[in-house]
Amino acid sequence: MNTLRMVVTIILAGILTNNYVLSKFLGICPFLGVSKKLNTAMGMSAAVIFVMVLSTAVTYPIQRFVLETLGLEYLQTIVFILIIAALVQLVEIVLKKYIPALHASLGVYLPLITTNCAVLGCAILVTEDFGSASYGFGEGYLYALSCAFGSGVGFLVAMAIFAGVRRRMEFCDIPETLKGLPITLIAAALVAMSFLGFSGVVHM
Amino acid sequence: MAKKTISMRKNSQGDSAAVLEEELQKVEPTEEYSVSDDASDNLDFFENDSSFEDDEFSENVDETEKSDVSADDKSQKEAEKKSAAKESVAGQLGAAMKRGVIIENPVLRLVLGTCPTLATTTAASNAIGMGIAATLVLICSNTVISLLRHVIPDKVRIPAYITVIASFVSIVQMLVKAFAPALDESLGIYLPLIVVNCIILGRAEMYASKHAPALSALDGLAMGVGFTTALLCMGTIREVLGAGSLFGAKLPILSGQPILFFSLAPGGFFVFGLLIAAANKLSKKNNLPVRNGCGDCPAAATCSLSGKGGCRS
Repeated sequence: MNTLRMVVTIILAGILTNNYVLSKFLGICPFLGVSKKLNTAMGMSAAVIFVMVLSTAVTYPIQRFVLETLGLEYLQTIVFILIIAALVQLVEIVLKKYIPALHASLGVYLPLITTNCAVLGCAILVTEDFGSASYGFGEGYLYALSCAFGSGVGFLVAMAIFAGVRRRMEFCDIPETLKGLPITLIAAALVAMSFLGFSGVVHM
Repeated sequence: MAKKTISMRKNSQGDSAAVLEEELQKVEPTEEYSVSDDASDNLDFFENDSSFEDDEFSENVDETEKSDVSADDKSQKEAEKKSAAKESVAGQLGAAMKRGVIIENPVLRLVLGTCPTLATTTAASNAIGMGIAATLVLICSNTVISLLRHVIPDKVRIPAYITVIASFVSIVQMLVKAFAPALDESLGIYLPLIVVNCIILGRAEMYASKHAPALSALDGLAMGVGFTTALLCMGTIREVLGAGSLFGAKLPILSGQPILFFSLAPGGFFVFGLLIAAANKLSKKNNLPVRNGCGDCPAAATCSLSGKGGCRS
């Protein structure tokens, strides 16, 4: 029961209080770039959730059993980014071959995700937050996966809200200087401010 | 030739580039030359590295130079060549700096590397630390990638670049951990995330893979300084308004009632938006920053959206 409560807390925290985009500034590029239309925003977010959970599922055991056992923690960055890059390629090939329908909807976003800092950030953060210092492998693995899932859903929520905001902004009369990126960033500031209201809702 | 030396002198002013606003103001009055001058800037660039560069185009440039100068007086030519050789290093540095800091500022004009820009600018000292770390990685990775540009097969170049960049990021990470533990603490996760900073992969793909090592290192330095300048600018604004201090020193009136908004996440977005607006206004190009479709996106080669105008259009 305690474990279940922890899992729910971690997921809620990932969505509301520790939102990757709006409070940790991870994955800003797709947040600003692909949020113009709701369906592309959803496609990108789905791909991010998928890759995030999958890469955490691979990198967490590698951190615990390979890097920490051999005392190679300093190689974390290089190992993780290579794993993620290889994994994204592999997923694309597999999807193309076996599930073409899913590939058609997610495929275009997959290469973009390799250099998405949210994915690498998530893989590194979970090894710090749920690492061997405080959790056994089984428990830590479960929490790491739920954190990855929660953060991915948080990304999706932020993208969905922001796509709505941007759609309404298209009909506004915006000063010439602020057109384009500046007004988008200011709108993002307002959305981020609304998410500040959630701080303190979930206690880890 | 006379025009060139003038442009070089103008460019060498960029050496002492420190504050972005000053620089951007400089762009305004010299607008009429900034368009036509780009070409001559590039010519200077190629001309001067014919001594250490082995590319095909250096020959072409030599030829055009000869035909250009053949009409001139010989003695005048030699004298000018001597002065040009003296000025060449400074001029080249100036041209590269002007490009990196003002014309193609990676943060404010190309809008690359937004995550560290927003996340590490709560204090000016953090911003400088991040800027220096990224600059180091940029210079090293640009040099190595440029040295390996004939060795790396075209098909696997992106993973190869990522490996090179990740190695240097690990080195910088260890250096920061050893010599500046406080900085390591405050940068946290964003230090390893330099790996996925679009500026570094973008410069590798756009510049280092096509140019000689020395030029690539210079480009890395210029882009790094541009990145640091923009970060410092943002960090100063956010620290002064959000914490009422500058580099940790308390400011008299502001520290009494700091505007917390600017230190928090929304303030980052807000200040960044206003800075880009200011940069757009100052450069008198009110449309989107200089972005050539997918030209500077590291994922362009493998992305299926690149044929359709890219994900940002």
